[in-house]
Amino acid sequence: MPWRLLRFALNKKHPEPRMFTYHEKLKSSYDVVIIGAGGHGLAAAYYLARDHGITNVCVLEKGYIGGGNTGRNTTIIRSNYLTPEGVKFYDESVKLWQDLSTDFDLNLFYANRGHFTLAHTDSALRTMRWRAEVNKHYGVNSEVVGPEVVKEAAPMIDLSCAGHSPILGALYHAPGSVARHDAVAWGYGRGADQRGVEIHQQTEVLGIDVQGGKVKGVKTSRGYIATNKVLCAVAGSTPRILKMVDVKTPLYIHPLQAMVSEPVKPWLDPILVSGSLHVYISQSARGELVMGASLDPYELHGTRSTLDFVEGLSTHMLEMFPFLSNVKVMRQWAGMADMTPDFAPIMGMTPVEGFYLDSGWGTWGFKATPVCGKTMSHTVVNDAPHPLITGFSLDRFRNFALTGEKGAASVGH
Amino acid sequence: MKILTCPLNGPRPVSEFFYWGEVRPMPNPAAASDDEWADYVFNRNGAPGVKREWWCHTPSNTWFIAERDTEKDVVLKTYFYTGEE
Ligand SMILES: Cc1cc2nc3c(=O)[nH]c(=O)nc-3n(C[C@H](O)[C@H](O)[C@H](O)COP(=O)(O)OP(=O)(O)OC[C@H]3O[C@@H](n4cnc5c(N)ncnc54)[C@H](O)[C@@H]3O)c2cc1C
Repeated sequence: MPWRLLRFALNKKHPEPRMFTYHEKLKSSYDVVIIGAGGHGLAAAYYLARDHGITNVCVLEKGYIGGGNTGRNTTIIRSNYLTPEGVKFYDESVKLWQDLSTDFDLNLFYANRGHFTLAHTDSALRTMRWRAEVNKHYGVNSEVVGPEVVKEAAPMIDLSCAGHSPILGALYHAPGSVARHDAVAWGYGRGADQRGVEIHQQTEVLGIDVQGGKVKGVKTSRGYIATNKVLCAVAGSTPRILKMVDVKTPLYIHPLQAMVSEPVKPWLDPILVSGSLHVYISQSARGELVMGASLDPYELHGTRSTLDFVEGLSTHMLEMFPFLSNVKVMRQWAGMADMTPDFAPIMGMTPVEGFYLDSGWGTWGFKATPVCGKTMSHTVVNDAPHPLITGFSLDRFRNFALTGEKGAASVGH
Repeated sequence: MKILTCPLNGPRPVSEFFYWGEVRPMPNPAAASDDEWADYVFNRNGAPGVKREWWCHTPSNTWFIAERDTEKDVVLKTYFYTGEE
């Protein structure tokens, strides 16, 4: 290495720019406290600062930035949902994704691949026609296609799926995409940080001070903070925080697992999901096959991964792609999914004044990161739900007015 | 947890079992208000802890109760439901 270069590297005058400012201490009060430095919490902080000029904000994270479900998800982005509320909301998110890389000056590796949801039964095809019609009605690119279109897009597929679950057709969604998950958290985090928001990692929220039905402050592992507004965006940890404010919800936690193979040459462009075989697959820019399945079968507040999962997923994956039998599995992991009975999120106001909730993101919330940041920052500032999220309010359960999204969200995250 | 002990069949692989959620007392449908009923139908105790849960050994259709720590995934005991709360 040339001597001059080494001297430059060691010179304190030219430090490598840090992505996030380190703050020695918490302030004694903030206008808004956000719990959770996943994509959702950081996006809300970003839009609070950028769009609403509110910068006396801190984001508290018990671990590290993006270390929750944001950094564990399989990054599928799509808007071909089933309910009008869902379709409009996710479509807005897909639009926001388009210029995020430019916004952040950070490459998110946003890759538009096209997304197939495979139908192996008549009833699955029927749901897909329904979805396609709702989608088209709201201007979302979505159509039912025959098996030959699937074969053309993924020539290695066995359309008969080992002879016992032949593919009858698919819902094709051209805007379906994948993106680099950590970069999304980093981009929002850096953007918020540059505008004056404080991000405190290794800072756990231990309690919330509620007096007379109003938020007064937050107890953390590094001391007490006074605030009138708390936004909770902690995905799989939401029930623990809700216990602190004594708010009841239908949220329940099951692990969701995923795995990647060793990298192989590019052979799969689109994202494929099979609801009947309970599996999905895409190929990352590095060549790894990113694969997942449906939820683990029982409640668990942990992120252990199991051999059962790898066996089950591999069995079904080989039915679709028998030629993968020699490909090795490289990593497997799990995240804690905050599930709701209707597969729609729970967002907005709560019975506690000043306590706002962004939760119920289960297995499908990565794609919603931008729109959640937008709508939750609006909700916190105006103390009233953003029009796009009124269908996701907590009181829909009390009113027996659910937003049934299961047909579009149970396997295809 | 990979093995669960069925009170009838003894230790079996967990894949033979079906999970049916926490044991919860049902309010009287005829007397409950709409709010009480919605609370029973939808709301759950989602926080981790030691919970009493319904499980079923599917090959023998045996329903029973497991006391399980849902954070550590450790089963403390399994037994038949006796109807006493
Ligand atoms: C395996 C898997 C695959 C998935 N695939 C997809 C997909 O393909 N497409 C899709 O759209 N979605 C997918 N999801 C869902 C998606 O990952 C989540 O919905 C989304 O990332 C949630 O983001 P978040 O920012 O709300 O939560 P997180 O990223 O989980 O962030 C919450 C943060 O809060 C912190 N926290 C928790 N408790 C406290 C506390 N007391 N004090 C301080 N901090 C705290 C946590 O440490 C964590 O960092 C998948 C999820 C999993 C697990």
